[in-house]
Amino acid sequence: MNGLTLGGIYALIALGYTMVYGILKFINFAHGDILMVGAYIGLFTYNGLRGNAPLGVWTVTSFFIAMLVAMFSCGVLGMVIERVAYKPLRHAARLAPLLSAIGVSFILSNSAAWAFGTQSRKFDYPFDNTPINMHGVIITPHQIMILAVAAIMMIGLAIFVDKTRMGKAMRATSLDQSTAMLMGINVDRVISLTFAVGSALAATGGILISLDFKAYPSMGMMTGLKAFVAAVVGGIGNIEGAMLGGIILGLLETFGVAVLGIPTGMKDTIAFGVLILILLIKPEGILGHAEKEKV
Amino acid sequence: MLNFFLLILIYTCIYSLMAIGQNVISGYTGMLSMCQAGFFAIGSYATAILATKCGWSFWATLPVSIALSALFGFLIGLPTLRLKGDYLAIATLGFGEIVRNVLNNWDSLTNGPMGIQDVPMATIFGKKINPYSKVGFLFLCIVFVVIAYFLFQRLARSRMGRALEAIREDEIAAASTGINVTKYKVVSFMLGAGVAGVAGSLQAVFNLSVTPGTYTFMVSVMVLCMIVLGGMGNFLAAILGSFIIQLISYFPQLTGLSSVIPPQFKQILFGLILVVMMIWRPQGIMGRREHLYGADKQGGKK
Amino acid sequence: MILLNTEGLTREFGGILAVNDVDFVVEQGLITGLIGPNGAGKTTLFNNMTGLDVPTKGKVHFDGKDITGMPAYTICRLGIARTFQNIRLFKELTVAENIMVGCHFKTGKNPLKGRLLNSFHSYFHLQNEEDDLYARAMHWMEFFKLTDFRKELAKNLPYGHQRELEIARAMASGPKLLFLDEPAAGMNPQETEQLMETICRIRDAGVTVVLIEHDMKLVMNICDSITVLNYGEKIAVGTPKEIKANPQVIEAYLGKEED
Repeated sequence: MNGLTLGGIYALIALGYTMVYGILKFINFAHGDILMVGAYIGLFTYNGLRGNAPLGVWTVTSFFIAMLVAMFSCGVLGMVIERVAYKPLRHAARLAPLLSAIGVSFILSNSAAWAFGTQSRKFDYPFDNTPINMHGVIITPHQIMILAVAAIMMIGLAIFVDKTRMGKAMRATSLDQSTAMLMGINVDRVISLTFAVGSALAATGGILISLDFKAYPSMGMMTGLKAFVAAVVGGIGNIEGAMLGGIILGLLETFGVAVLGIPTGMKDTIAFGVLILILLIKPEGILGHAEKEKV
Repeated sequence: MLNFFLLILIYTCIYSLMAIGQNVISGYTGMLSMCQAGFFAIGSYATAILATKCGWSFWATLPVSIALSALFGFLIGLPTLRLKGDYLAIATLGFGEIVRNVLNNWDSLTNGPMGIQDVPMATIFGKKINPYSKVGFLFLCIVFVVIAYFLFQRLARSRMGRALEAIREDEIAAASTGINVTKYKVVSFMLGAGVAGVAGSLQAVFNLSVTPGTYTFMVSVMVLCMIVLGGMGNFLAAILGSFIIQLISYFPQLTGLSSVIPPQFKQILFGLILVVMMIWRPQGIMGRREHLYGADKQGGKK
Repeated sequence: MILLNTEGLTREFGGILAVNDVDFVVEQGLITGLIGPNGAGKTTLFNNMTGLDVPTKGKVHFDGKDITGMPAYTICRLGIARTFQNIRLFKELTVAENIMVGCHFKTGKNPLKGRLLNSFHSYFHLQNEEDDLYARAMHWMEFFKLTDFRKELAKNLPYGHQRELEIARAMASGPKLLFLDEPAAGMNPQETEQLMETICRIRDAGVTVVLIEHDMKLVMNICDSITVLNYGEKIAVGTPKEIKANPQVIEAYLGKEED
């Protein structure tokens, strides 16, 4: 169960990576740090709203308000970053946007450390998190929430991409940017929207994960990296792939520690190991297709 | 104060070696490698472990450190051959982190998070090179940097340098022109790693200790900043970039403002440098190397 | 004498036969044309003969050797060079340097020893080697009349000269066989005239040429033999006169005549 919920969170964050890659063929290195910002915004908003209220309806409500606020703010943040640091480099050398993204990542994580201090902060559960026994499965309300939120978001995204006009525009742009432009699609707007949605999802992931693992300024890198591995495993550029990859990685990580006895200190290495493995065996990911460069 | 400035110069030299290595991998071959810190660590620990556990002299550990780092360069170069820029970057990042993780956890060999504390000083002709008296150590470092610079300049101006650049510009065309792309990419990694290993060995006998916490991703990013700032593909620029970044790094201490300026300041600055340089002046301060060929001086020769 | 030939070459991409059982023959010393409508599989055939792609079935023989499946750089060293449909120059390198890359494997006291060792070798030896390479590059720059541009970055060259530079780079590797993929694409009539003359000069210099082209005037004028592909299959081979009159070729390009 733990593996599934962890996987759900990774999936949420992986979606952001995969969507941006699908459209721009570019890995947004700073994506992980956006989730960190989301976690902090969520934390502060939540603590601000709930005051000293006891766990109950108000705390849960304020929690979800905080989540929405974080999603919105990160959406905006994502768009701003794209406009300032990536858009000017769209036609530059291959390495340029990547270096810029690394720069943005550094700026974000260290500004957070400066502003909020490097100590990790506890993000209290908005409800009583004692495990419940549901038909023999022991599960905490938090895990239920993660599964529910992740499912809602992913289904929502799938519907959006599939059925709405904007969603179709996004798919078109990811397949062939210049043709999409010729068809009258405002590619800039599509790109901004992609960043916004991806960042909002990341914010959600950030909040959910900090409930279990606390919030700290450098959480972006580790979690972001793992989500990236998830995206690659599933097939980067592929939305279903991100979901699948997230779940797989979550399961692998949990089982790696629990079943294979990999020491917790080396837990992070599992993700990297998986990454190198998949890059060696099937770099396009499980659901991806190999892109052949046309000579 | 002078003492402090000498410290900056020493670190400039040590990091210059890494920057030169990064220049070969990224500036010339166009591969965005983010694991110089990993090779740096391997070199440091090789020297530290051999010196403390086997009593080897610094000079004896040097070839081992180079060979070991180069070996790891080979190990990371080979599987990542087919990877495109972004993936390669993340894969190398992962590698760097794995190295740090392993060093942190392999207690029996590396003494875990505490590291190895009593690395003996390097000696030359029987006299100790005392890192506390900085001038002597600085001299040692400068010698290494000068050697590395000339060695790599030679390489860059040769067929090999051109081949690496051809690979950076267009792999398929390079292969069709008779260049064994695989071989050159791996060799490029090995060279970049080897020289970082040397830097690591110097670091070990400077600090007289090695701890895993020193070899973070931040180090790799700093090295990247150095060549971005100086100019990718330009070895002199790598050294210049190293100097500037070290100045920025120690700026709070230099100006006595360390209580006011938080440690994150320099890191934010590094991030800004990357973003700004890419948008505003991607060729760096000194720009790419001069194009030697085609510019006649006498009779069609260089 | 047959310099290169393919034997039942087939390249399948997930169910689609881009090249289907093609026996392509190149005679030494002649200029051979490879034509066909867009998507006929010409570039794919090229790629399979030059090591950038591996055939699903069939073989490629060159100069008495079986080169099927060999990597591109080995094939280049055996004597085949090529240009690309979309021009693949080393953009940030100068004209001179681009051509010098073409000479890459041609020098070195000991071609078997690692070039790496050569690089760290004595200063003077290296300098001589570099001067030697530069001299060779000069020769090709003069051949293609690019000498004035020698220190210009490849990306700054006018289009026609970029195409010529690509050919120059290919020639610098001293090939026996030169593959040109749509060399006249995007050229105006004068440039095409000049190209025709250049290709003939290359032939006269002893290099066998194979070219993919859509410019029929060029093809019919300078090719000694023409092979026609359609939907991955070879549908005709012969002299320009024969090909012009071949009803299958006409049908492939213009479609069937409505009765």
